[in-house]
Amino acid sequence: MKRILCGLLCGTVFGLGLAISGMNEPLNVIGFLDFAGDWNPKLAFVMGGAVAVTLVGYALLKKMEKPLCADSFCEPPSKIIDRNLVGGAALFGIGWGIGGYCPGPAISGLALQPNETVTFVIAMCVGLLLGGLVKKD
Amino acid sequence: MLHFIDWPALTGGLLIGASAVFLMATLGRIAGISGVLTEALKPGSDWWRYAFLLGLPLGALIALATMGIGGTERTGFPLPVLALSGVLVGLGTRIGSGCTSGHGVCGLGRLSKRGLVATLTFMATGIITVWVTRHLLGVL
Repeated sequence: MKRILCGLLCGTVFGLGLAISGMNEPLNVIGFLDFAGDWNPKLAFVMGGAVAVTLVGYALLKKMEKPLCADSFCEPPSKIIDRNLVGGAALFGIGWGIGGYCPGPAISGLALQPNETVTFVIAMCVGLLLGGLVKKD
Repeated sequence: MLHFIDWPALTGGLLIGASAVFLMATLGRIAGISGVLTEALKPGSDWWRYAFLLGLPLGALIALATMGIGGTERTGFPLPVLALSGVLVGLGTRIGSGCTSGHGVCGLGRLSKRGLVATLTFMATGIITVWVTRHLLGVL
């Protein structure tokens, strides 16, 4: 139960942060990626603020032996830079640039702009499942 | 100097970072949205993931209800193109093991080389894609 509440709280704060920062608006994202046009710096402030907190926060967490509601800190399994990482990120960037949505704002946007996000999220789930067939882990 | 700062964007970013640190402190997990969704799509997944995914639109609703943020749809964007972009985002984040949150917000915060390489890669292809769609083709 405690774990579910932690998940809910984290998701809610994350969704609130995305909305406050304007990241639910795909035109803010496309504007950030548009270096040849009228550049929109919003995403740089969002990423800068978020990474400033994770840099300090994660460093402080290294002093903890284990998380408060779990047995251990989960380490991502892979440490190598391979074709999957670069190729996958490249594909993701293309999709991101076309639609202006990445997974977070698309899911939280279900509450704000369902016309676009329902279509996007269903398509994204199809892509995730297809990706699981392409890449075995 | 201060008027160059986009305070709402910065505040939102700080909240996102705080959420990521809290998830690591409590459940020991990376707050990567594509990763959480990938696991949630598998049968028998941990309930915290569904709660997290439910929290995302809940947080957006709170912003809408208390601050009047959001709630306007972009109009005129062709849905088939949007669906294509969704498939690419799903495919790419699954194969590349992460998105803006997992590789960017969390990966950079953990000083992960993989996170940095992935973030630079999707930023680069995103910038090239917008240049092609907006300036070369003049669509979207």
